[in-house]
Amino acid sequence: MSTTMATNVEWEVVIGLEIHAQLATRSKIFSASATAYGAAPNSQANLVDLGYPGVLPVLNAEAVRMALKFGLAIGAKIAPRSVFARKNYFYPDLPKGYQISQYELPIVAEGSLDVVMDDGTRKRVGITRAHLEEDAGKSLHESLPGVTGIDLNRAGTPLIEIVSEPDMRSAREAIAYMKKVHTLVRYLEICDGNMQEGSFRCDANVSVRPKGQQKFGTRAEIKNLNSFRFVEKAINYEIARQVELIEGGGKVVQETRLYDPDKGETRSMRSKEEANDYRYFPDPDLLPVVVEESLLEAVRRSLPELPDQKAARFASQYGLSDYDAGVLTASREMAAFFEVVVAKVGKEPKLCANWVMGDFSAFLNKDGLELAASKVDAAGLAGLVSRILDDTISGKIAKDVFEAMWAEGKGADAIIEAKGLRQITDTGAIETAIDAVMAKNPGQLSDYRSGKDKLFGFFVGQVMKATGGKANPAQLNELLKKKLAG
Amino acid sequence: MSALPVQARTLAGLAKGLKQREFSSVELTRTFLDRIASSQPVLNAFVTVTHDAALAAAAVADRRLERGEAPALTGVPIAHKDIFCTEGVLTTCGSKMLSNFVSPYDATVVTRLKEAGTVMLGKANMDEFAMGSSNETSHFGPVRNPWNTAMVPGGSSGGSAAAVAARLAPAATATDTGGSIRQPAALCGVTGIKPTYGRVSRYGMIAFASSLDQGGLITISAEDAALLLGAISGFDPRDSTSVEAPVPDYTATLADSLAGVRIGLVREFFDAGLDPRCEARIREALTVYEKLGATLVDVSCPNLPLSVPTYYVVAPAECSSNLARFDGVRFGHRCENPKSLVDLYRRSRGEGFGAEVKRRIMTGTYVLSAGYYDAYYLKAQRVRELISRDFAAAFGHCDVLVGPTSPTPAFPIGAKTADPITMYLNDIYTIGANLAGLPGMSIPCGFADGLPVGLQLVGPHFSEARMLNIAHRYQTETDWHLRVPAAFA
Repeated sequence: MSTTMATNVEWEVVIGLEIHAQLATRSKIFSASATAYGAAPNSQANLVDLGYPGVLPVLNAEAVRMALKFGLAIGAKIAPRSVFARKNYFYPDLPKGYQISQYELPIVAEGSLDVVMDDGTRKRVGITRAHLEEDAGKSLHESLPGVTGIDLNRAGTPLIEIVSEPDMRSAREAIAYMKKVHTLVRYLEICDGNMQEGSFRCDANVSVRPKGQQKFGTRAEIKNLNSFRFVEKAINYEIARQVELIEGGGKVVQETRLYDPDKGETRSMRSKEEANDYRYFPDPDLLPVVVEESLLEAVRRSLPELPDQKAARFASQYGLSDYDAGVLTASREMAAFFEVVVAKVGKEPKLCANWVMGDFSAFLNKDGLELAASKVDAAGLAGLVSRILDDTISGKIAKDVFEAMWAEGKGADAIIEAKGLRQITDTGAIETAIDAVMAKNPGQLSDYRSGKDKLFGFFVGQVMKATGGKANPAQLNELLKKKLAG
Repeated sequence: MSALPVQARTLAGLAKGLKQREFSSVELTRTFLDRIASSQPVLNAFVTVTHDAALAAAAVADRRLERGEAPALTGVPIAHKDIFCTEGVLTTCGSKMLSNFVSPYDATVVTRLKEAGTVMLGKANMDEFAMGSSNETSHFGPVRNPWNTAMVPGGSSGGSAAAVAARLAPAATATDTGGSIRQPAALCGVTGIKPTYGRVSRYGMIAFASSLDQGGLITISAEDAALLLGAISGFDPRDSTSVEAPVPDYTATLADSLAGVRIGLVREFFDAGLDPRCEARIREALTVYEKLGATLVDVSCPNLPLSVPTYYVVAPAECSSNLARFDGVRFGHRCENPKSLVDLYRRSRGEGFGAEVKRRIMTGTYVLSAGYYDAYYLKAQRVRELISRDFAAAFGHCDVLVGPTSPTPAFPIGAKTADPITMYLNDIYTIGANLAGLPGMSIPCGFADGLPVGLQLVGPHFSEARMLNIAHRYQTETDWHLRVPAAFA
C-alpha cells in the first residue's frame, strides 16, 4: 500500500508476521497431560507442567511430525538436527522460569507461501523459520477479586511459531497471508485454527519507510492478535500512527505494543530498553531433534492434497477462476462439500460454485455455523441446483426455495411442491398473463412502442409479479418481445 | 535385642546375612537407626530420619525374606541423598527454599531401589542444591567428618559419605556434578561411583547443572557398588538424556584378572597443587596394580587444567535457569505478605537461597547475558569439547586413568569458606570426568595423618564394569575400605 501524505512523501509499509499455531496433539509437548480446551483450571497440569523439582521434559514425537508436515507443505528446509533452547524469564504462568523453545536451530527454515489477492494478483511471502515451542499458562486477573489466579492447563501445549519475512506491504496482504497459513494448518490437520480459543494468533511487526528507500524503518511489534479483523485494524492504526509521528517530526521507537480492540488503538507495552534479556541457551534436558530421511519420507507420504494443488485442480477440472478456486479450497471441508455437490449435479460446476460460495456460505455465516453443522447438506444443495438446471424453478425462485430448505430442513422438491413454486413453462399461461398486463398498462405500452425500450424491464416485472415469479424467464422474454412488438 | 555389629560388614555381607536369616531386616534397620540417632548430634549426616517408615518397610521385607521370594537387596537399609525426591517425605536439597517441601513422587533411582527391596533409613544432608565441596553450605548445618569431627566430610554428598564412613548406613545414594560423589568419598575413606552421564536416570533428582549431574552411590566396597549400580542403572522414558544401553551384571566381572590392563597416569593429575602425602598414597596404590599385572602408561590431557574455569561457567549457567522455578508461587519457601509480584520473587528467593547458591545464580545469569554469551558460555562449551577429546585420545593408550581424587585430605571446617576459589579448586581432579560425561570412582587408598586419601579411577563411557573390576581387585589386596573410624567401630 502506498499512502500519499500532505508532505508529498510516499510511504511504503513493511509488515512481517509471527504466527503461533497450537498443534492438535492429544498430549502436551513435553508431558503426558491432555491439551483439551476449556477444562477446569489446573485439571490438566501434571508435575512436569507445574515445574516441580526434579521433573524432566520428554518430547512428544507427534508434535515433531506435525512441524515436519508444515515444513514440507511450504517447501522449506527441514533441519536434520534442531535444538531446543530455554528462554528465561520470570512470570507466574511460566512455571519453570523458562519457556522451552527453539532458537538458533529451528526445525523448519526457509519456506514460502503464495497468496492470491482478491484482485487475482499473486504474492509470494517468504517464511524465515518455523519452530516448536511450549505455550505458557494463563494468569486470571478478573475471575478472582483482589488476587491473581494461575491456570496452567495451557502450560506446555505445543505451538509452532511461524515467522515470515518482512514481505507484506499492506494490512490486506498481511491478512491474505495469515488466512493462507490458517487454511494450510487446518488442511494438514495440525491445528484446529480456532482463533477465539487462541489456537491461532499472531504478532505483527510493522514499519514504514519512504518509498524507494532500501533501509527498513524502525519497527513496532504488536502482540497477540487473535482475529483477522483485529490484525487488519491494528496494522492500519499502527501505519497511520507511525506516518503521523514521522511527519510531525518525531521518531518511531522500537517497542512492543498491545492492540486494544475496544478502543481500536495500539499502545506501548515495553520499549527495547525494557525488553527482557532471555538468556537463551540449549536445553540440557533434551537431546537434539534428529530427523531421519525415513521419517521425513513417511510424513511426506501422509500429506493431503494441499490448498494450492487443490485450487489449481479446481480451476482446470471445473473451469473456475483462480479466485473462485481459492475461495472454495480455503477449507478442506468446503472443498469436499463443493465436490460432492458437483458430483451429484453432474454438470455446470460454475453454477454449483456460485451456490456454494453465495447463498450457502451466506447462510452459514448468518447463523455462525461450521460447515459440519449446516442445515442443508451437499445432497440437498445438489437437489436444488438440479431443479434450476431442469427448469423446474428459476434461479430467483431457487433463492426462496433455499431459504425454506434452510428453515424447514426439507428437500428442494418438497418445498417446491408444497409452495407451488414449480416454474410456469406453459406458453399459453404465460401469454395470458402478458395479455392481462398489457391491457392494464396502455400508457406504458404505447411509450414502449414509441421507442422507450427501457420499459421492457417494467413489463417483465409486472408479469413476474402476476405469476408469483414462476414464469420461466427465458420463455417470458421471448413471448413478451413478440407481444410487445404487436 | 542387642545391636548387631554391623560396622564389620559390607552391604554384600549384610544382604547375605539377611538371606540366611542370621538377623532380620527389622533388627538390622533398628541397629542403623540407633547408630544414626546417637551420631546425629556429632555428625549431622541426616536431614530427615524416616524411623517408622523404615521399620515398617523392614517388617514387610522380613515377610518376603521368610517366603524366600525376595530380590537380592531385600531388607537392606540404605540412605538417600536429600536431592532425590521421595514420595511423602521431606525433600530439602539442603536448602531453606525446600525446607517445607514434601515430594509428591519418587525419583526413578528411589523407585528402583525400592523395587530391589531396600529399606530407606532417611535423607542424607548435603550442600545446598549440591553446590559446595565441604557440606558447609547446607541450610541444616555442616556435616562433620567421622575420622575427625573438626574436619569437613567433603561435598556435596557429605551426608552420604559420612553416613557410610561411620556405618550409619551400609550405602547411600549420591550425586556428582563436579566431584560431589568422589571427593566426599575420598575425604571420608569410602567407595564412591559416578556412572557415565546417562547411565542412571535423573528423573526426580533435583537439578543443579543438568548436563553434568549424574546420580550414583557411596558404598563401603566396589562389590557393594556393583550390586546397587545394577539396580539403579538403565534407560528411563522419563529422562530423555538417559541412555538406552543394556545393563550388565556388574558383579559378574568383579574378579576378572588385571593382567595386561593398561593404567594411564595423567600428567596433569600430578601437578604442584597435589599434597605430597596424597601423592605418596597414590604411588603406593600403583605398585599394588603392578603386582596385579597391570602396566602403567603416561598420558596427557593438556586441556584438563582448564576444567575448573570451564565448569564454573557451564554449571552456574545451567543452575541459574534450573533454579528459576523456585519462585515462591507453587511450592517451597514463600516470603511473608508479599506486596507485589516482584516483591514475592525477590524476598522468597532472597530468603530461601544461601550465599553460595546466590553466587552461582548470579554468575550463571551473567555468563548467559546478551553480549557475554559467546565470550563465556560458548567458549566454555568449546573448551569442554577439547577436554572430552583429550580424554578420548588418552583412552587410545590405556584402559583406565588413575590418579588422586582430591588434592588434599579433609580440611578443617571453616578453613575455606571465606574464599570460594580455593574451595572450587578441591574439585580440580574430578570435574574433567563430568565435563566429558565419563564414569569415575574414588576408592580408599590409605591415610595422611589419620585422614583418608582417595584414589580416583576414570574410564571410557559405559566402562563401569571394568572400573568396578579394577577397584574390586585392589580391594581384595588391601583393607583400607574396611577401616572404620574409631569412634564408630
